[in-house]
Amino acid sequence: MMTIAAPTNKDRTTRANRKPARTRTRPNVPGGLAATIWLVIAILPVYYVVITSLKDQSNFFTGNALLPPATPTFENYALVLSNDFGVYFLNSLIVTVVTVVVSVAFALMAAFAIVRGSASSRVLRGTFSLFLLGLAIPLQAVIIPIYLMITRAGLYDTLTALILPSVAFALPLSVIILVNFLRDIPNELYEAMRVDGASHWTMLTKLVFPLARPALSTVAIYNGLNVWNGFIFPLVLTQSPEQRVLPLALWTFQGEFTANIPAVLAAVVLSTLPILALYIFGRRQLLAGLTAGFGK
Amino acid sequence: MSLSQTTVPAARTAGTGNHRTIKASRAHPGLRYALPALVMFVSFAVIPLVAVAVLSFTNWDGISDIGFTGLDNWTQALTQPQTWQSLGLTLQVMVLSWVVQTPISLLLGVFTAGKQKYRAVYGVLFFVPLLISAAAIAIAYKALLDPNFGLGQSTGLPFLSQDWLGNPDIVIYVLVFIIAWQFVPFHALLYQGGVRQIPDSLYEAAIIDGAGRMAQFFSITLPQLRNTMITSSTLMLVGSLTYFDIVFVLTQGGPGTSTRLLPLDMYLTGFSSYNMGLASVLAVLLVVLGLTLSLGLTKLSGFSKMSSDLEGA
Repeated sequence: MMTIAAPTNKDRTTRANRKPARTRTRPNVPGGLAATIWLVIAILPVYYVVITSLKDQSNFFTGNALLPPATPTFENYALVLSNDFGVYFLNSLIVTVVTVVVSVAFALMAAFAIVRGSASSRVLRGTFSLFLLGLAIPLQAVIIPIYLMITRAGLYDTLTALILPSVAFALPLSVIILVNFLRDIPNELYEAMRVDGASHWTMLTKLVFPLARPALSTVAIYNGLNVWNGFIFPLVLTQSPEQRVLPLALWTFQGEFTANIPAVLAAVVLSTLPILALYIFGRRQLLAGLTAGFGK
Repeated sequence: MSLSQTTVPAARTAGTGNHRTIKASRAHPGLRYALPALVMFVSFAVIPLVAVAVLSFTNWDGISDIGFTGLDNWTQALTQPQTWQSLGLTLQVMVLSWVVQTPISLLLGVFTAGKQKYRAVYGVLFFVPLLISAAAIAIAYKALLDPNFGLGQSTGLPFLSQDWLGNPDIVIYVLVFIIAWQFVPFHALLYQGGVRQIPDSLYEAAIIDGAGRMAQFFSITLPQLRNTMITSSTLMLVGSLTYFDIVFVLTQGGPGTSTRLLPLDMYLTGFSSYNMGLASVLAVLLVVLGLTLSLGLTKLSGFSKMSSDLEGA
């Protein structure tokens, strides 16, 4: 590693002078063309959803689908907001926040125990292997037993029913990412604290937690996005409008307002807004979070 | 990175070894710190995994008591044509998705890895689909592909005003396209990360040797992305066993049964026909297929992806 790293650093300075020259003389035409085509494909549906959500019904049925409305209207947004959208939004928020906080806290504690203890404890090494294997369990495949457990526990149609399995399925990747991160905390820092008589809990809260903050936010974003957009747990484990979360609400809106597509699309926009805001203010962090553990 | 990883465990063993002799409980935080995560994961993932195998031998209807029926569900599942059709559709979508998504993701990843400003702007827009829920994507495409009020009407092109989601001959390709729209950004992101880790010195050497852009791509970029490609392909192929939300909202398996993929077949068998036993058989098939696929791919590539790649990440 060291032998490769040294020349790369030196090359970086020469490359800074050379690479722009190379691209100026020979622009990447096929790459640029393909990228532009995909850009149109990627953005077109998003553009369509936004402009359509601003149309009134008659404009939707008679006007050109890809042209923005001459007189944008927010009546669809008003309609969606007056149809308990606030309740669904709040439910989604509760489920997402609780799941993220609990899964990240549990994963951090587990990762701490695994990193500090796996050298001497076989049980902790096994725990780590279990989470590694756990990555391969598809959530869809266990939905029937989870439904059975949740109904028998009397939790059916509650937000708790959504939170419990969501936490469980957020754990494997969270633990793995955090273990990889905590491994890089030098042992000397723990030793220094131990000399001062610090307990393990103090080490976790005063040393590990502040140092692991970047990895924690990555894990939190990844889990948050998955839970916010999750569909199958709400579909199977809840029923009443009072417990409905956003992705499920979009689906029921679609059934209720069959003819009013602009209103359904306004709901789509509203449900994506929080994530979009997150994207605008923390794009790097968000994208890093999305490929965490896979991108190497 | 690799340096600290090799030195830290060594230092740790030495440190804990000293203390263990004096006071074992002080050496490391112990299992109790891992217990909350372990209990949650075992309760809601490991036990259900065992339970689904058990349920596949029962006749549970979702409400009444559970009774064992031996191999009945298994014989039924493996003899009825629907299972094989769903399995075939799933494999078809899996292969098509890989064929469509891999080259596009690779190209976009390489392209957005460049340092030019406009590429960064492209990058910002490329990744927007990642943020949108599958339910929202399905609803948007349903409206956009409407033969009367969607894409075809606005462009006036008769080709675009087909009944995309109602024609059993083309609906599966439409589905593959929408899935690609949803997942290409993720895989492009993986490739982007991979490209950025290729040492610049390799390209320097190639330029000195007079290699053109194509030669550089095929002799440096592609071989260097081998591990990324294995990761991406594994996630893509195994992930295609879990396409549920998008199909459920988009077509409900229709028209007829032409998009009834295995996870959807399982859901409908269990939660619409209330045959949880039979649905559990399909769930077990999903698990077995997923495990076989990921183990097979790692064996095939001679590279233990899940452990070594993640451990070293």
